[in-house]
Amino acid sequence: MTAITSSAASPRDYSLTGRDARLAIENGLAAAEWYHTDIPRKQMKELMQRSDQPAIRDTIIWLAAFVVSAAGGIWFWGSWWCVPFFFVYGTLYGSSTDSRWHECGHGTAFRTQWMNDAVYQLACFMIMRNPVTWRWSHTRHHTDTIIVGRDPEIAVMRPPDLLRAVLNFFGILDAWHAMVDMVRNAAGVISAAEKTFIPEPEQPKAIRVARIWLAIYLATIALALYLHSWLPLMLIGLPRLYGAWHHVMTGLLQHGGLADNVIDHRLNSRTVLMNPISRFIYWNMNYHVEHHMFPMVPYHALPKLHEMIKHDLPAPTPSILAGYREMIPAFLRQLRNEDYFLKRALPPTAKPYREELHNDNPVAAAAE
Amino acid sequence: MSDWVEACAAGDIDEEDVMRFDHAGRTFAIYRSPDDEYFATDGLCTHEKVHLADGLVMDDIIECPKHNGRFNYKTGDARGAPVCVNLKTYPVKVDAGKILIRIG
Repeated sequence: MTAITSSAASPRDYSLTGRDARLAIENGLAAAEWYHTDIPRKQMKELMQRSDQPAIRDTIIWLAAFVVSAAGGIWFWGSWWCVPFFFVYGTLYGSSTDSRWHECGHGTAFRTQWMNDAVYQLACFMIMRNPVTWRWSHTRHHTDTIIVGRDPEIAVMRPPDLLRAVLNFFGILDAWHAMVDMVRNAAGVISAAEKTFIPEPEQPKAIRVARIWLAIYLATIALALYLHSWLPLMLIGLPRLYGAWHHVMTGLLQHGGLADNVIDHRLNSRTVLMNPISRFIYWNMNYHVEHHMFPMVPYHALPKLHEMIKHDLPAPTPSILAGYREMIPAFLRQLRNEDYFLKRALPPTAKPYREELHNDNPVAAAAE
Repeated sequence: MSDWVEACAAGDIDEEDVMRFDHAGRTFAIYRSPDDEYFATDGLCTHEKVHLADGLVMDDIIECPKHNGRFNYKTGDARGAPVCVNLKTYPVKVDAGKILIRIG
């Protein structure tokens, strides 16, 4: 890992309709051709193969865990014994749905498409991401990963807003913005930024979903008022706050502190080795370089893909803790110098970063 | 004058797979279905111009390798986000073990 600074125009303009959006297009960073590790077609086909079995198994476990933890929370409601049950329920609701939304949105989790669609809709509701809006924003995230002014899913912008990041461990700002967006969409308004990535024929679908969700939340609030109890909201809505910690903890590691405005996922994404429980919650998205390089590969095949191409990738970060030990100091440095970032070191067996691909962006100036 | 162009040998494509074919400055995708029929479409995804030959064939669907957009490669119909525009298809025939496509 090398710590370097870049010469990007500061301050960065993250608006999807602003100066850096225009510069990204002018500099060829928008919809660019990205680096891929060479994999023979036969092996790639094997990796891409879809199967219902792993995701059905995981989804049965997942839904069963929801039912058991919710039942325990309801049964012990009013005593401290409900806390561990709601901790599990909240983590499932407010965190594991991040990866289910993601994988099923790609259509890779299950072979059968209606199964992807069903889990996608459920997970989107729980994680409070409009299934139409976020399908298209994530498409852009994969086209223009961490390209300033193009990528709508940059979790930590520069200079980092650390208060926002900390608050999001409790879902506070994300849920607030999600609610505002939902009400706005339900009122029939699509924002200018949303219009840059949601095709016009799809926009009414985003409005329809927002109206359905708003009705569900209003019904939940009405039930809570009727029962004079927080319990309905502990089961619907609030878990997005008290259970968000795990998806924020893992999500920040995906790209935090690394390069922006580059077209090589080895530079702007981080693979982190994790414990089996986190990998179940996260559905193997800890193999994040691999996922971005080959989004066709289902979550259950990512460990195999990692083994196949690790000779061409930076060494994986050995743990979540190790990831935070390198990322937090980088964030703190970026408070003083937003051009600072961590450059991932490649093993001798890897193809070098193609600096010539980055001539019009910060890394070219920063790398040497 | 015939528009039929030789693309490859029949055995060059595995069953339920796709191959890229470039001709006269254009790029095409040639498919072999699970029931051993051959089809051809434009080679680039209508969403962001990614080569479909790097994608995955499942039954009668080709899935784009970049954003997982889906087309029915037999009809060219766009079948799943983020693709909205259909794919152009081309007639294919097998002649003496060769795959020929008619480029209009």
